Amino acid sequence: MKISFTLNGNAVSVNAEPDAPLLWVLRDELRLTGTKFGCGIAQCGACTVFVNGSTRRSCVTPASSINGGSVTTIEGVNGPEAEAIQAAWEKIDVPQCGYCQSGQVMSAVALLKAKPNPTDEDIDNGMAGNICRCASYVRIRQAIHDAADLASNRREIAADSNVSEATNVGLATASEGASA
Amino acid sequence: MTIKTPEIESSKNDGDIELSLPLQQDLTDWQTGHEFTVVGKPHSRLEGAEKVTGRAQYSADVRLSGQLYGAVLRCPHPHAKLISIDTSEAEALPGVHAVISQNDQFDIDWYSEEAPLFSDQLRFVGDEVAAVAAVSTEVAADALRLIKVNYEPLPFVTDMDQALADDAPAIHDGDNRVEEDSEYERGDCAAGLQQADITVENEYRTQTALHTALEAHGATAHWSGDELIVYESTQGVHAIHGLLCEKLGLPMNKVRVIEQHMGGGFGAKQTLWKPTLFAALLSRKAGRPVQLLLDREGENLATGNRNSTLQQVKLGASNDGKLTAIKMTCRINAGAYATAGEASNVAGIFQHLYHCENVKTSQVRVYTNTGPAVAFRAPGYVEACFALESAMDELAHKLEIDPLELRRINYTGRDQTGDKPWSSPDGLKTCYERLDEEFGWSQRKAPSSEGSIRRGYGLAAHEWMAGMGNPPAAVFIKLNTDGSADVVTGTQDIGTGTRTVLAQVAAEAIGLPMESVRLLLGDTAIGGVAPVSQGSFTVPTLAPAVRGAGENLRRQILEAAALLLETDATTLEIKDGEIVSTEGKHKSLTVADVCDELAPQSLQAHGSRRANPTDTTIRPFGALAAEVAVDTQTGEITVIRIVNAPDCGRILNSKTANSQVIGGVTQGIGFALTEERMVDHNIGLVLNADLEEYKIPTVADIPTITHAEVNLPDLNANNTGAKGLGELPLIPAAPAILNAIFDATGLRFTQLPINRARVLAALQAQQETAE
Ligand code: FES
Ligand code: FES
Repeated sequence: MKISFTLNGNAVSVNAEPDAPLLWVLRDELRLTGTKFGCGIAQCGACTVFVNGSTRRSCVTPASSINGGSVTTIEGVNGPEAEAIQAAWEKIDVPQCGYCQSGQVMSAVALLKAKPNPTDEDIDNGMAGNICRCASYVRIRQAIHDAADLASNRREIAADSNVSEATNVGLATASEGASA
Repeated sequence: MTIKTPEIESSKNDGDIELSLPLQQDLTDWQTGHEFTVVGKPHSRLEGAEKVTGRAQYSADVRLSGQLYGAVLRCPHPHAKLISIDTSEAEALPGVHAVISQNDQFDIDWYSEEAPLFSDQLRFVGDEVAAVAAVSTEVAADALRLIKVNYEPLPFVTDMDQALADDAPAIHDGDNRVEEDSEYERGDCAAGLQQADITVENEYRTQTALHTALEAHGATAHWSGDELIVYESTQGVHAIHGLLCEKLGLPMNKVRVIEQHMGGGFGAKQTLWKPTLFAALLSRKAGRPVQLLLDREGENLATGNRNSTLQQVKLGASNDGKLTAIKMTCRINAGAYATAGEASNVAGIFQHLYHCENVKTSQVRVYTNTGPAVAFRAPGYVEACFALESAMDELAHKLEIDPLELRRINYTGRDQTGDKPWSSPDGLKTCYERLDEEFGWSQRKAPSSEGSIRRGYGLAAHEWMAGMGNPPAAVFIKLNTDGSADVVTGTQDIGTGTRTVLAQVAAEAIGLPMESVRLLLGDTAIGGVAPVSQGSFTVPTLAPAVRGAGENLRRQILEAAALLLETDATTLEIKDGEIVSTEGKHKSLTVADVCDELAPQSLQAHGSRRANPTDTTIRPFGALAAEVAVDTQTGEITVIRIVNAPDCGRILNSKTANSQVIGGVTQGIGFALTEERMVDHNIGLVLNADLEEYKIPTVADIPTITHAEVNLPDLNANNTGAKGLGELPLIPAAPAILNAIFDATGLRFTQLPINRARVLAALQAQQETAE
């Protein structure tokens, strides 16, 4: 079947079996190999992407279900949270082998969008589905806290410099970040 | 100006430049107090940006034009005879390009037993029966379902103890012992036990654990004419290269193995496994590139595991705590075949860690109808440290001697198996001091109880028989005409930070800033031979060779600079890419300027790894303490904090070292509390070949883990003073946690992992005895 969707902001269409996992469509058909295979049965989080803005395990997402939707992968993730997460990740050298990290970054970005100032417990809940055998967890936790500070600073700067265009959500998030 | 570049081993130079600086064969100047500009600094890994943006290319990410995808058909029985196999329907399925099986009659043998690649004797659930290559993973999976196999199930035995029974089914010819018992004795163990004022004796069991690298085993194979190129997820590109040539009967210049990044190995990727060869054979048959990546089930069933053990341990000591005898007898579950690579040396730590004149050990590997074992991060030592250090804790408790004090009482600065000193005789002592400082062991509170929660503290000492590094390693550095350097090695970075640490050593040795150094690795066609990244070998093997090459290059740059400045080379140094006087005065000349003068010629240098000294044994050590809480109502164990003080010699990069320590300790927590491959011995099936029921730690399970840096340069080991670190931190975690559980509850567990159910059952038994 022909499946059309928005991938990292661009319209794409591919021919795939309706039940083909999105993971293989991305990796084999579209050659975006940043999204990784770890288990294929929703047990590790290595294949995490955004579908219509929320995290999904692409290894168990049928290709047909994304027809007409939008998909964001590690190659295309952007915005203040993504920038903050990736910068924090690099700064404290979170990755070891790095294989799980595309998935970790995607889940962390989603967490930060939902909870701009996550507690350790929020992080445990939001990230426990992403396994890292090298055990970069201590740094993942730290980097998410660092990124939260960084992202709220950036939002504040953005809000200050362009108040008229800042959305209500953006301003609310910034003040929430500042008060915590 | 022209220059002829010298090799490191040659002192003769017949170029235009007379080399006056002596060639430094013995580089002993990196002592404590030596001032470094790059080495020892917390440099983030060079490929960090690639790894957080999804750009890092793993072997699984290779996409070649016309690439096919492979899959493996596995035996569903623990023991069976393959009567017949019919692959014709699978071959006829549209999209299938090649099928291989016993029908191809390959003349290739496998495992130490030299079994055929496709055998009609299938000895474990997951044993490989056939492989296919098709246009997609789904078509390959469909094709597997069309292969008809006629099996005759045979009697099997999956339990190690049952495998040694007289009436046990024979897995190979003989009595299910892989080899003769390996025995060691020094002194007179029986007499030592008799002399003892006190003895402790226990039987310890450790479980089968799975490496569980997130990137499964796999390879992409591609024939270009008669030349084979393999992109492999491996800990040793050169090892894979050699084995592929051997198995396929190809000359070494016709095979090339490449790997830029790998998604974890932990020991399981130190040798060649069948799927890589399948990819090569399928690719040859199909005439197209083939990628064969294992699924998680195949990964968990058939690519190695940490062997389970049964250890009988008896310690004898005098009332003042001195060990008079150590006795250990052990069985190791080898699985269905003996694999290549590091052996699981359970006996080692009993022979080495403590001063004791009377030591007797005996170990034997046993065949069972389960997946073959292979080295897993400190093979043997992780299993053995649990038993020895639990027994030492029990001894300390009985003698009412502090556990740390008991270990100090039994200290040795010597290798008692070779009767020579350790390369750092005070290494372990220093670990004890650092642990005491960082954990506050001596000041720790008494075990406490609050409501249903009991808290306690435990510790364990450890050593690791490898981590010394070994020749060969050959390194080549070429200085580009702009003054930057390419360091060409044949090693690989398995996620430990090798690329970064070696670049730091090169930068330091030459005198260049980090930005000017590129470290090349992971390609057998480019780099000189280097060992498998196992045994914590990579840094102590490669770093001294990199340093040798770097120093040699620096010497050449200085000679050339001296000519340009019309001065004596001994008055010059290189700092951060600039030529300065030995007093630090600027000379308005950079390495780039020197290169510019030399262009179009350029400088280059070689370095190689010297043999290890024979008058000392190189050894890394460590000590670890844990604080735990046990909820007596739910049985839940919470590890609160862990401090590990490992002596890995000089720390070349504190960031990558911290990551290794935290990662190793975390795997140790999993080994202690949750990880166990489970087999139903009645039906012979593995029950948890996935990531849901095989439980590895997640972010929610991690306590505060502190790396108490010891940083004791060991220049008896090599010219950098660094020893291996990768495996050390995993070794002591389980016994320290279990000793802390004892401290908290009075319960002594002798079987791993220790989970809620086992805690609750033991608590109940404890209560019944009390009543
Ligand atoms: S590959 Fe999708 S969760 Fe593991
Ligand atoms: S960094 Fe290796 S699995 Fe996470």
